[in-house]
Amino acid sequence: MSDTRSRSLAGDAWTDLRHNKIFWASGVLVALILLMAVVPSLFTSADPAVCTLANQNQGPSSTAWFGYDFQGCDVFARTVYGTRDSLEVGLLSTLLAGVLGLIVGMAAGWFGGVVDAVLSRLTDIMLGVPLLLAAVVFSGRLSSPFEDGVFAVTLTLGLLTWTAAARVMRSAVITAKSQDYVAAARMLGAGPARLVFRHVLPNSIASFIVVITILLGTNIAAEATLSYLGAGLGGDAISWGLQIAEARNYARIAASPLVWPSVFLAVTVLAFIMLGDAIRDAFDPKLR
Amino acid sequence: MFRYIVRRLLQMILTFFGATFVVFALMFANQDDPIQALAGEKPVSDNVRAVLTERYHLDESFPVQYWYYMKGLLTGDLGRSMAGRDIGEMLSGAWPVTLKLSALAIVVAALIAITAGVWSAIRRGGFFDNSTLLMTLLLLAVPIVVLAPVAQLVFAMELRWFPATTTARAGLYDLLLPAVVLACSVMATQLRVTRTSVVENLRADYVRTARAKGLTPRRVTWVHVLRNSLIPVITLIGVDLGMLMSGAIIVEEVFNIPGVGFNLARGIRAEDGPLVVGFVSVLVVVFLVVNLVVDLLYAALDPRIRYE
Repeated sequence: MSDTRSRSLAGDAWTDLRHNKIFWASGVLVALILLMAVVPSLFTSADPAVCTLANQNQGPSSTAWFGYDFQGCDVFARTVYGTRDSLEVGLLSTLLAGVLGLIVGMAAGWFGGVVDAVLSRLTDIMLGVPLLLAAVVFSGRLSSPFEDGVFAVTLTLGLLTWTAAARVMRSAVITAKSQDYVAAARMLGAGPARLVFRHVLPNSIASFIVVITILLGTNIAAEATLSYLGAGLGGDAISWGLQIAEARNYARIAASPLVWPSVFLAVTVLAFIMLGDAIRDAFDPKLR
Repeated sequence: MFRYIVRRLLQMILTFFGATFVVFALMFANQDDPIQALAGEKPVSDNVRAVLTERYHLDESFPVQYWYYMKGLLTGDLGRSMAGRDIGEMLSGAWPVTLKLSALAIVVAALIAITAGVWSAIRRGGFFDNSTLLMTLLLLAVPIVVLAPVAQLVFAMELRWFPATTTARAGLYDLLLPAVVLACSVMATQLRVTRTSVVENLRADYVRTARAKGLTPRRVTWVHVLRNSLIPVITLIGVDLGMLMSGAIIVEEVFNIPGVGFNLARGIRAEDGPLVVGFVSVLVVVFLVVNLVVDLLYAALDPRIRYE
């Protein structure tokens, strides 16, 4: 870890990223997906909630690019509108996991001793429960009082996925705090808050950001999986996982309601993983 | 080695209590009215409610309920599902086919990952290497929830190469397509780790020595290098098991394989709290034990681990 050069590391990374085709490709894709989540009406004029049974399982046409599903809903419209809930859950749960991981990792790394022992054991325990298994127990029943379940699934994924970020942050902080410049700053009379936020944090955040970017992709996939199983979004929520679950039963009659949400989900996850990969390559000095 | 085993064992006991506590607390926090859930739409008489509350200790406080749960788990008594079936019996009935499926998945994943990993390490930067890197990226990006139904549609329903669904007495061929889908969830990481590890080992001194002795390149790569490169891959098995368990829920549900994951998926849909918690608790214990075994195996293979 050469976090010692972090000030210039971010600058270096940006210079690196600017010339990285994968970064631009995934960045543009992510931007497009975000736009789709914020203003879905830009992409389709059809209302995803208006379904006419007469259109049941009709193939693609000029009015409905991806055809209609079993309920006679426009597949393209539903897939586009599905972006919002998926991204909302993905972004918010990753934000929650990130904040938790940052706090736990920094506290464990900075204070060491008993605090570290307790927090590290807590992290171990959370890692001892496979994500999906805990999530199905947690969010299954929780979703009913909150109707569409966005809050429940976000909370579940956020509370269960902070461990990797915490571990990475902890070891980065431990490396950073023993560096000479921290000792120098301390001798110059910097207080603990200044030491942590001005010196240690900026120098240990790089690998944390990478973990978080990749987590974003996996959390979006986890939401779809939970929704598919019936332990995620429900009610009037539109979710790729729900679409896949429903379309699967009629896959032989109409494949496009199954295929398109699958493609959108895979492309979204791929975009975030590729973005994380590109950022990692840029931030990892060993790969330069 | 003895001290390492003891320390690792103590750690696992702590994690066991912590993890099962998390699972139980999650269930407890979400408990609504299990008796009404059991009865469905029908009204429940006060008498029945009183008996059931007594039997399932529903009016007890959290610590007391946790005590009963822990006692049941440690004595192997998982209680009854909401439908009244013995959870332990359901689990032992479902276990064999899931074991078969995941063993097949592990073999498929390891065969492909190790062969392709070694190959792309030898021809680093070549066409094969670049295309496998792209493949692993795709594998990482396509979740099982997408892969399973699409594979079933394409290979089982349209091309008819494999049966679309199976039974509890499924043969190896019946389980091949689900196993390949399941294997995809762990293959990418295995392949990448194998590749990195082989690349590092190819530069090692012992490889130069082996070559200098006049051994054939094939023998150097597939015997000397491979044996040393597989050590980090072994540790992945523990982590992979968690992925396989999660994946099995979807794969078994899609391909109608009546295993552990299938029952779990049905339990989730039916909001069968005791069933889900019972199954999940056992799976968590299996996960912890396998990880312990893998860690000990790793320590036995690589002495540096023991003396950290």
